[in-house]
Parts: sequence; C-alpha cells; structure tokens
Amino acid sequence: MNAPTTKTAASAASCTNGYNFAYLDEQSKRMIRRAILKAVAIPGYQVPFAGREMPLPYGWGTGGIQVTASIIGRDDVLKVIDQGADDTTNAVSIRKFFAKTAGVRTTTKTAEASLIQTRHRIPETPLQAGQVIVFQVPIPEPLRWLEPRETATRRMHALGDYGPMYLKLYEDIARFGRVTTAYDFPTVVNGRYLMSPSPIPRLDNPKLDRSPALQLFGAGREKRIYAIPPHTTVKSLDFEDHPFSTERWSHKCARCGAGDSYLDELVMDDHGTRRYVCSDTDYCDSRLSAGGRR
Amino acid sequence: MYVAVKGGEKAIDAAHELVSKDRRGDAAVPVLSVDQIEHQLGLAVDRVMAEGALYDRRLAALAIKQAAGDLIEAIFLLRAYRTTLPRFGSSEPVDTAAMAIARRISAIFKDIPGGQFLGPTFDYSHRLLDFALEDEAAQNTAMDDTAGEDHATEAGPGALKPVTAILERDGLIEGEAAHADRPVGDITRVPPTYPAARDARLQALARGDEGFLLSLAYSTQRGYGRNHPFAGEIRSGHVAVEIVPPELGFAITIGEIELTECQMVNQFKGSADKPPQFSRGYGLAFGRSERKAMAMALVDRALRAAEFAEEITAPAQDEEFVLSHADNVEASGFVQHLKLPHYVDFQAELDVLRRLRDELSLREAAE
Repeated sequence: MNAPTTKTAASAASCTNGYNFAYLDEQSKRMIRRAILKAVAIPGYQVPFAGREMPLPYGWGTGGIQVTASIIGRDDVLKVIDQGADDTTNAVSIRKFFAKTAGVRTTTKTAEASLIQTRHRIPETPLQAGQVIVFQVPIPEPLRWLEPRETATRRMHALGDYGPMYLKLYEDIARFGRVTTAYDFPTVVNGRYLMSPSPIPRLDNPKLDRSPALQLFGAGREKRIYAIPPHTTVKSLDFEDHPFSTERWSHKCARCGAGDSYLDELVMDDHGTRRYVCSDTDYCDSRLSAGGRR
Repeated sequence: MYVAVKGGEKAIDAAHELVSKDRRGDAAVPVLSVDQIEHQLGLAVDRVMAEGALYDRRLAALAIKQAAGDLIEAIFLLRAYRTTLPRFGSSEPVDTAAMAIARRISAIFKDIPGGQFLGPTFDYSHRLLDFALEDEAAQNTAMDDTAGEDHATEAGPGALKPVTAILERDGLIEGEAAHADRPVGDITRVPPTYPAARDARLQALARGDEGFLLSLAYSTQRGYGRNHPFAGEIRSGHVAVEIVPPELGFAITIGEIELTECQMVNQFKGSADKPPQFSRGYGLAFGRSERKAMAMALVDRALRAAEFAEEITAPAQDEEFVLSHADNVEASGFVQHLKLPHYVDFQAELDVLRRLRDELSLREAAE
C-alpha cells in the first residue's frame, strides 16, 4: 500500500540515444515556447503552431506532450493523469515516455508535482502558485460543432461573435429545460475569448477560474496552443435565470467517503449493482492514508 | 474492498511482448529480413516513404517490419522519426524533365517525342494468381539463370521533355511559372491556414493518404466536381537532388531519388480574364506510387476550382475539408483514440441523461 509515489528514472535516459532531452529538438521546443508565450499574452486565444509528429498517436495527447516536452526541465517533477487517475494505461504510457526521454522525477501526488499533464480532469486537490497544468485537447475550437470551418470560426472569434453559442444553449433550455452539454462546457476567458476547457466534466470548470497555477492547453492534431495565465477569470457560459451547474451525486466515494469529488460509476455485477469511487486516485488515496475513510 | 482496476504498467508491457511474438509468428518460418522487405516489397516501401514523407528505403522497410505489415502504422513510425531530424535547408527544385526514365506514358498523343515507355507496370497483366511464385526454390535458381530471351532493358530513354511542353509551346495549356523569390512552404514547420497556397496544398496532398485521395479523385470522375481530365503524362524514374550550400554558392548533387510524376490536362473554358486553354493538375510521389500520383493530380485540379472561378459544390473541391482530413497519421490516431477511457465524460453524459429522464417522468406523472 505504501509504495513510493516518487520515482527517479536517471538510468532510463540512456535508452533514448539519438534523441534530444524530452524527445523534441531544441528548435522545435523554441517554436512551441514562442507559441506558449503568445498564448499566455492573449488568454483563451488559440495560437496556431507547427505541431510535430510525436511517437504517440494523434488524439492520445500529442498536443499536451509537445507542450510538456517544451517546458519540462531536469528539476521538474511530473504527474500524468487520464480520467483523473495516475494508473490508466495512457497516463502510464505518457509518464513512462518522459521518464525515459527526459529522465525526470515522476510522482502521483498532486501537491508534489511541478508539472501536471492531464486528460479530461483537473485534480481535486487545489493547484498552487508555481505549478503548471497541461491539458490534452482533442478539439480546441469551442464553436466547432456549430461551424465546421476554421475560416469561419476564426472570424467569429475575431469579432467576438458568440451569439450562436448562446443560441445553442438557449435552444437546449427551450427544448429540454436545461443545457445538455455534459462536458467540455464552453467558457469565456478574461471576458474576451470563448474557450474549450477540453473535455473535463462541468465539476472541474470552476477550478479554472482564478487558479493560481498556469494552465496550458495543447491540441496536437489541430495544431493549436492556448493558455489561462494564473489568476485569470474563467466564466462558464450561462443565463441569469439558468445559472451554470455541475454534476451531483447522491452517493459518496465508496473508498474514502469523499462527498465533494467527481465519482466514477462502477458496475459491479451482472445485476447492475453500482459502486461509486473518486475518479482522482491521488485524492482518494491521500484521504484514505490520512484516515479519511468513512 | 474493491479497488478500481484501470489497467497499468504491467498490462502495457505484456501487450508489447505479445506484439513482438505475433510479429515473429511461427518460429519454424525463417525471419523476414529488412533487406527482403526493401527489395521484394518495394511498392509497400514506396508508399510508406511517400506518406511518411521521408525518402529512406531502408528505414521504411524497417518500419514495415516493425509494424508487421500495417502500412499506416509504418508510415506513423517513419513520421515520428522524420520529425526529429534537423532541417539543413531546401533542395533546389528537382528537374523531372531530366529524369532517368523507367516508365513514361501519355494518354493524349499516340506518338510523342522520345516515345512511350511502358516500364514495370501491372496495367496489362491478367490478374490471375501465379501459383509458380509459391515455389521459392525455383525462383532462387531462375534468378541466376541468364539464359532465354530478355525483353526487358533496365535503362529507359534518359531525359525527355514533358509532354505538356508541346501544348505549352502553342499556348494551349496554362503556363507554369516558378516563384523563385518566394520561399517554399513547409506545412511541417508552418501550421496550415486556409486558403492554403498551392505549394502547401501540394505538400499536404503528397503526404496524404492514398486511399482517401483515390476516393476523392474518383468522386470527381463521377460528377462531384467534374474537371474533364486527361492523363497528359505519367513518368517514373530517378532524379538528382541538388542543394546549394551557402559557402559554395553553386549546386551540388547529394543523391538520387525515385519519383513518379503525373501531369493531368484538364478542360478549362476560359473566364473574363483568362482565355480558354487547358489547365493542369499535378501529382508527385516518392517511388513508383503511380495510383497516388494520379489521384493527387485530380484532387489538385479539383482544389483549384476557385482559381478558375468554377462553382464549388463537391467535397473534392473543398480545400479545408480535403486538406484537414487527408493525413492518415492524424486520422488514424484520432479515430482510434476512442479506445482510450472516457469514463469521466461518459459519467457527465449519464448525469445529464438521468436528469432529463427524471424531469420527463415527473412531468408525465403530473399530467
């Protein structure tokens, strides 16, 4: 149970002879860093960048990996999660990739990490100043489902023409009595750009707002980088009479008893018995070891 | 206490081991060598080089072996290697008119200066399984056997002027001027924007998936963006690659590559500012990827619709649609990423669905 949560991979760096530190060559990293700087300067704006092919497939986190590879240093401590968990296969694979190509320390503890790469979740443990969280983004364009053309959506962003998105939300309410967007719920950053928070659940949206951590978003296939600098306002779209709402459970975590975390629903048997546990494994484990079991 | 099992390190390692085992197959069968792939599966090597966008027969063969014959996986391997290579600069434009021809045909003139050269092609073969190929011992000896009549000469006719030059001389086809002052675009270094310049478009098509381009090209022939094509010329062979090192100031040859080029000649009825003349679609691919080069030429012409003030109605004419979906490494990755866990998003969907259903049953109960 008390396996070490931090691993060093000093010896592993030797297996990647012929590749640069953290895989990407320095010119590519510089190009990506320039894109990141621009993204930080214009919060929520999607900066096009010449995304490289990575040795992991598109759609599996290549944008996040390129951002991480460009900013990671030898002293960084990296945490990688997928669906909130450190032990999902893709998180394991990406963590191994950086342990191997950069030889950096990795951890599963949110508080210990200087750099967190994530797919589909924000850790329950609040992020701190100085931490960087890198989101893997499949479709960076929040307007994509309303307008398939990049030429059109870029114009909409330039003009701040977000009426169609409000109209979509309004139509949901008119037809279903509520907004039916379950995840990847659109936000407005710094009062200007409409931004996809990546497919995180609505429960995570409020964590984006005024976070002390730097939040970076990388979309590899779509070749876009965007950012939320620390302490920037991020507002989930809503109407005065239909305020934004998050997921709710009538259960607590079956392992640690948490009532405030995002829960995974597990089907236990053929009779459909359900059990609910924290999707954030580190949060769940640290509550357990702190004696937080109900 | 139940602990959620979400896979992990051991499972991944075991999966990799199984892949190696499967790749090796029956241990009683000799190992397939990279040499054998390079020399005997040359057309597979060509495709992997073309879409992998890296001219290296050896590495392409290695990628095919590593991918157990899955060519898109091999293309991916080669791309992920290519992307880490430093860029020294751009070569001079290759001169396909100076190509050492292995094959050259034209469908628009019966006789052309220099003649038609069929070269190695499946075109006129009867697609009957050749069971003799199963007898490997016989083939090993036959190769050593120099007896018998030999119809095939290795060397083609050498440098030949392109057929389109004949039309060009009479002004019957649009001219093609190089923009020597403009640097060549590179979509691997500059993110794509729309509308794309033709160089970026051609690069995207050259790297694009053969199957995707083939189907799009086919669709133009069936009326979805018809552009009345003729195969003006198709040629395959070796060309020299030259670079101009800044410290020398003149071109030096750094090697030879094999290319297939297709020049489509298409109808154009003329517009307010252009006289009626034939227009062009251009295809170029590494190796002998002839199907790819032809498909590329048809799609290139279809994508020039706006240039000729043609009505844009079909998918093959829609630049953003074609270019943003042509790359099979991107497409394969994103389609298959659906295999990754989506528990969190699915849970959020469940939450919304359950609330909708609850509200519906409440409403129904009230009625």
